[in-house]
Formats: sequence, structure tokens, C-alpha cells
Amino acid sequence: MPSLKDLRNRIASVKATQKITKAMQMVAAAKLRRAQEAAEAARPYSQRMAAVLANIASNVDGDDAPVLMSGTGKDDVHLLIVCTSERGLCGGFNSQIARLAREHTRRLLADGKTVKIITVGKKGADILRRDLGKLIIDHVNLREVKQVGFSNADEIGHKIIGLYNEGAFDVATLFYSEFKSVISQIPTAQQLIPASAIGDAEPETAGDAVYEYEPDPAAILGDLIPRNISVQVFRALLENAASEQGARMSAMDNATRNAGDMINKLTMSYNRQRQAQITKELIEIISGAEAL
Amino acid sequence: MAEAFQFELVSPERLLLSEQVIEVVVPGTEGYMTVLAHHAPLMATIKPGVVTVKTPDGKPDSYVVFGGFVDVTPEGCILLAESAVHVTDIKADELQNRIKDAKEDFEDATTREEKSRAEDLLGQLTTLQDAIKAA
Repeated sequence: MPSLKDLRNRIASVKATQKITKAMQMVAAAKLRRAQEAAEAARPYSQRMAAVLANIASNVDGDDAPVLMSGTGKDDVHLLIVCTSERGLCGGFNSQIARLAREHTRRLLADGKTVKIITVGKKGADILRRDLGKLIIDHVNLREVKQVGFSNADEIGHKIIGLYNEGAFDVATLFYSEFKSVISQIPTAQQLIPASAIGDAEPETAGDAVYEYEPDPAAILGDLIPRNISVQVFRALLENAASEQGARMSAMDNATRNAGDMINKLTMSYNRQRQAQITKELIEIISGAEAL
Repeated sequence: MAEAFQFELVSPERLLLSEQVIEVVVPGTEGYMTVLAHHAPLMATIKPGVVTVKTPDGKPDSYVVFGGFVDVTPEGCILLAESAVHVTDIKADELQNRIKDAKEDFEDATTREEKSRAEDLLGQLTTLQDAIKAA
């Protein structure tokens, strides 16, 4: 049974922790708003990009299409780009993404494929290094980056394309967490190369007029698709940033509430024990008086 | 009075401009071109340069873009820039950095194709720098 003093100390320490988690929650809420705004601001570009790509892809024959779109025709070496956060204390955010990536890897390995992994963000790298360390070929550090910019994504995009041109892999898949709401972030796998999603968007019609291209469609497409990869990575990073803050916010909210419950319980037993002590002292006095 | 059409300038980070304009001058890879209302549908890549828009009240406005492409449809004109800033916000050292990078790329280029591409970019950037200095 802890003494009264122990309980008092315990309550004080839980209160201090509660203050910290509360502050972290508020910081995450502010950052979340900023991250959401950034994701919002980037949306027009990727939408237009999808429309333009769909438009031009419908005008280019399969034979002219650059290899980035049609793929190498093989399916042997898979590259997984796993995007996670740089900081912890955000609930199941990183482990969810890592779990999805790990399951995917297991499935591919069971099928006899080769898997290579690029990690973005320290936390995911830490988790995956434990059992898939041999497969990790590269790591992108975004620790010093306060607000992800397009240049960060572009760097990753170039890295991927560089590897592709060297023939280092056949299929690239991007892992990130999609931001649904503060309480729900969905880990997602998206295929980057060969670009499968392009055909899905509805091509905008140019009326009856014939589209002019300058230079020719294949050249534009060759320029566009690498850029599209960077855009996709950028979108994933922004979604991830918003998801991370959302996950941290709800994790810290839970922690704050839990600390509150703990304080209540501790205060209750503190009061009870104090009362017991008083009663005990009273009994001692009374029985002492009676004995006289 | 010339007819107005919808023009949008979008960079990956945000939507910079979306309004009715009567004239847009874009730096196409194969030369500067002016887009007016009812332009034939066109898709073109652009090189680093200055985009000039003219609004219906006749006020011209300029943006510096670094590569990207432009899509002209009957509904309007969309410019997807890799990076874009208002001409008054451009920082001299940012341009310097890009020129430095381009120079390094040029020196590092191994194949002839890469070399010529890097040289093109370098040329475009220096022209752009001169154009901004003059403005």
C-alpha cells in the first residue's frame, strides 16, 4: 500500500504528464490545420494533371507510349516506397503503414518476386529495418524539413525514375496513409509505375477541333509522366503529413483523457487513505481516553 | 474590346491565379506564344520564362515559371508550372542556385543527349535572368 506521500507525488507527476499531452494535442491540431491547407492547395494541380494526362494518353498509341507508362512488360522486381513520419507519438500511424508494406512484401516474396524498399521518414525505416533490413536499398531523410515542398517530392521522384532507367525494378508501389478525418487515416498502396491510374480519369473533350501539340504528343508525354510521378509522391507526402498530425492529435487526446482518469482514481484512493488515517487516529485517542 | 477567357496558373503547391483574362503570353519550348480567346486546342511544354497575362481592364501582370506545360481548351487555358512565382517575388539567389545546378548538370552529363538537354536548360535560365534584370 503506497503511503500518502507516495500518492501525492504520483498525482503530481500524472498531472505534469497530462499537461504535456494536452500541449502536444494542441500543437498537433494547429499543425493539422496547416497540413490540411497545404493538401487542399495542392489538389488543383494534381486534378488538372490527371485530366491532361488522360486527354493526351487517349491521343497517343500504345506503341509510342513511354516505358514509364507501359511498364517493362515484366513483373519480377518490385520497388516499394514506404512513406512514414519522422517523429513518433502518433498512435498507430507508422505501424499501420509499415504493416501494410510488410504484408505486401511477404506476399511478393512468397510469389518468388524480388523486393526492394525505399523508406521515406525515420519511423518507418526503424520498424522495417528489424525484419526487412536487407531489402532496404535507400532512405530519404525529411527530418529537417518543416513543411514538405514540391522540391522534396521531386527529389524522390527523380530517384525513382533514375532507378527505373537503370532497370533496377519493374513495378513501383507507393505506400502512404490517406487522410480521411482526424480519427481515421487509411494506409494505402498505390501503383506508380507502370502508371495504371491514368486511364481512369475521364478525358476532357476538345470538341471537334483537332488538338495541336508542340512538340509532338509522345515528347510531351515523355516530359509529363516523370513529372506526374513527382506529383503523386508530393500528394502522398502531403496526405501523410495531414494524417500524421491527425493521428497524433487523437493519440494525445486519448492520453490526456487517460491521465484524467488516472488522476481521479489516485485522488480517490488518496482521500480514502487520508480518511482511514484520521479514523485510525481518532480510535487511538478514544480508546486511550477510555482506558483511563 | 477583346474577348476574355478563363486562365489558370497552377503550381504543385497552390493555385496562383484563376481569373478572366484577354491575353496570355507563355514561354513555349519552341518559342513564346500568345494565347487569345478561341485559340485552337493546344498542348505544349514550356521552358523557364516569363508568363504575361493581361486582364480585361488592360492591366498586365507577370509571373516567372520554371518549366511545365500549358493546355489550351475551348473552355480556357491552364498552365501547369513546375514552379511559379510572381515576378516581384522572385529572389535573385534562387535563380542563381538554379543556374548553378544547371551548370553542374551540364558538367556531369555523360551522354550527348543529356549534355544538350542540360545546355538548353542553362541557356533558358540565363536568358530568363537577363530578362528579369532588364525588367
